Amino acid sequence: MSDFLVLRVVAKLLIPFILLFGFYVQMHGDYGPGGGFQAGVIIAAAFILYAIVFNVGTARRVVPMNVLVTIACLGVLLFAGVGIANLIFGGRFLEYGVLSHNATHGNHLGIIIIEIGVGMTVAAVIMIIFFSLARRR
Amino acid sequence: MLLGIYSLLMAGLWVVLDAVDVAFTEAAVGAGATTILMLLAIALTGRKEKRVRTRPWMPLAISLATAGLLVYATLGMPNFGAVDAPAQTHVGPYYLERGETETGVPNVVTAVLASYRGFDTLGEVTVIFTAGMGVLALLSGAYRRRRSETPDKPASGNEA
Repeated sequence: MSDFLVLRVVAKLLIPFILLFGFYVQMHGDYGPGGGFQAGVIIAAAFILYAIVFNVGTARRVVPMNVLVTIACLGVLLFAGVGIANLIFGGRFLEYGVLSHNATHGNHLGIIIIEIGVGMTVAAVIMIIFFSLARRR
Repeated sequence: MLLGIYSLLMAGLWVVLDAVDVAFTEAAVGAGATTILMLLAIALTGRKEKRVRTRPWMPLAISLATAGLLVYATLGMPNFGAVDAPAQTHVGPYYLERGETETGVPNVVTAVLASYRGFDTLGEVTVIFTAGMGVLALLSGAYRRRRSETPDKPASGNEA
């Protein structure tokens, strides 16, 4: 744990807002700048800040490695699963229009779902790399 | 550290060029995450570099030749902001005109990234996933081997 009181208090104050901003970027990526890649990195950054200021071991207990690996796999599977679902609904691979009765709605829905998949994978992988590198010191 | 500063400057440049999405990515990934990972990697490696005996003339010549070729190739690029450039005439206008009505997503960058170029994005996510799994396989395996090579220490599970 960091010895600096100011650092600890400020980090504790900031982390919820970083997470909130990450989710905002994730869900608002279709209207403003942002999307799954950026949101994933921002969410990972919140956990990395926690690990740096407090303790890598504590942070690893919050998000254990097997949970991170599961999230990373689920993200890719969600993305590919949307593609497979389109095939089942009678469209082409990753043709989201068939997901809903209206092609535009289907496209929008598909984009939101795959962005969530991207965000999950990116956040988990950044944390996996960070924790793999950090725990060996 | 220098790379982080460079990335932040690049992010500023992207904002000036109105590429807000790219700027966002550059600031978050290039300036933020990469700097942290680079610092961690430096902390893991040794402080001293191994003395190199060979003369690096051949690699230097190859690098310079490649750099010269790339600079020469930039001379063939269309002028900055030219209207008849391939980037402006190929599929770009179609995306700009039809993107919002076809996908219902006002942000054209997201529409292209997730819908028109969805297969590319799936590939990118797979690359990121593979990178994470690669790091995990390499580092956790080496860690476990080193632990098992020192049997005089009792294996304690609370450290992992």
